[in-house]
Amino acid sequence: MNPRRISAVFLRQFYLMRGNLPRFLTIFVWVVVDIVLWGFMTRYLNGVMGHAYNFVPAILGAVLLWGFMNRVMMGVAMAFMEDCWARNFLNVFASPITIGEYVCGLVLSSVATSVIGLVIMLGLATLVFGLSVFAYGLMAFPFLLVLFMCGIALGVFATGIMLRFGPAAEWLIWPMPAVLSPFAGVFYPLSVLPRWMQGVAHILPPSYVFEGIRAIAHGHAAAPSLLVWAFGLAIVYMLLASLFFMHTYRMVVRTGRLARYSAESG
Amino acid sequence: MVLSVSGLCKSYSGKAAVDGVSFQVAPHEVVGLLGPNGAGKTTTISMILGVLSADGGKIAIDGIDISAARSQALARTNFAAVYAALPGNMTVMENLRVFGLMYDVQDLSQRIESVITTFDLAPFRRQKCGALSSGEQMRVNLAKAMLNSPRLLLLDEPTASLDPSAARDIRDKIRAFAAENESGVLWTSHNMHEVEVVCDRVLFMSRGKILLEGDPRALPARHGKASLDDLFVAVAREPLTLGEA
Repeated sequence: MNPRRISAVFLRQFYLMRGNLPRFLTIFVWVVVDIVLWGFMTRYLNGVMGHAYNFVPAILGAVLLWGFMNRVMMGVAMAFMEDCWARNFLNVFASPITIGEYVCGLVLSSVATSVIGLVIMLGLATLVFGLSVFAYGLMAFPFLLVLFMCGIALGVFATGIMLRFGPAAEWLIWPMPAVLSPFAGVFYPLSVLPRWMQGVAHILPPSYVFEGIRAIAHGHAAAPSLLVWAFGLAIVYMLLASLFFMHTYRMVVRTGRLARYSAESG
Repeated sequence: MVLSVSGLCKSYSGKAAVDGVSFQVAPHEVVGLLGPNGAGKTTTISMILGVLSADGGKIAIDGIDISAARSQALARTNFAAVYAALPGNMTVMENLRVFGLMYDVQDLSQRIESVITTFDLAPFRRQKCGALSSGEQMRVNLAKAMLNSPRLLLLDEPTASLDPSAARDIRDKIRAFAAENESGVLWTSHNMHEVEVVCDRVLFMSRGKILLEGDPRALPARHGKASLDDLFVAVAREPLTLGEA
């Protein structure tokens, strides 16, 4: 791994963000909208329920964590899409950069944008709606780490899809988190799902995180087995996503799809 | 040799796009890769650039096999092509810095200033590449292609969008680059006058094979043609009559 080549991918994203306000705004505008919407929703629900149950850590906290995972995924996918939209693949993949270095650069770009998004979400949720990260105790860190790993896995998988099917496949990428959210149990316990949906939920690491969050919101401790499963599955998905991307890259190099992203076949 | 290609093959759905192509490029040499549309030139260049895998054969850049050590081989090459403009949403300086890092160029700031001077890009350094004219964009492409002082420079119609004066200037710079460095150039063009002026040797491709090879100034007479233009037309229209000549 050559750090200078990795930094080139990161620097490209930095230049794009720096030179374009709408691009910069996309880092946090939608997550801010989500926090505001669900912040008022939890405030209303708390008012209806009185002191019987505090919805802020269970609902608003879940929205924040789900938003973080989406930001991580989109951070990877958007950085890749920039090269796709600019028809830059030939310039990038004809350079000495390795696939591992390129993906690392995408991940690094995503870390930067998602951390900015997280800080803004946390600030807003804490200052305006009274969410306390301390409510989750030390579990906040492993929860975030699992969701970060899942976001990276989803983002790398999404880039593989786009590499395979071309720029039009971005319309498959955008709804990915929305498709997963009913199974992940972001807002409700998995026990309310039908059996087949529970089966799907049990192979998704975020579902363990959100079960843990609800347990803490109810005043219980999150079972360590939840974390073990969540980490184990997140590692498996990261490996699978990397293998899928590598396989897709080799396929597009073999079939000529990569060369045809920019060039006409001679 | 800066480039050694042997027995290169590539087929799509059973149809050969490149069929057993072999050639070499020596240091200080400018080699023209010519042929009609669909002859296999861009497919050959894509394989040399590592963005298309070969079905058979071997490519070595500066002695390094691209299939065994892709990154090391590509570090010794660079390219400019009309169909691979640099991202239009970054400035000239930003593009050169990003690609300079991607090619791991040492003393990058100094090197960027050098190529900016060489290609007269100083007035455009803070302009977005997408806002430049096609000729100016090609000069930026060429500046990027020279950043890592490549042993092998691949140029796919580098002067296609330039006015005659700018095209002559670019030709002189590329000839000087090959003469002053231990580098070779593989050049494709449909401008036969340009090829005669620039290239030391030409390879005529047709239907995925190299049909003719030689000095662009002597080759037409050898095949009973008045000019390189006439020879090109004959290769495009009647390749079978030339193969044995």
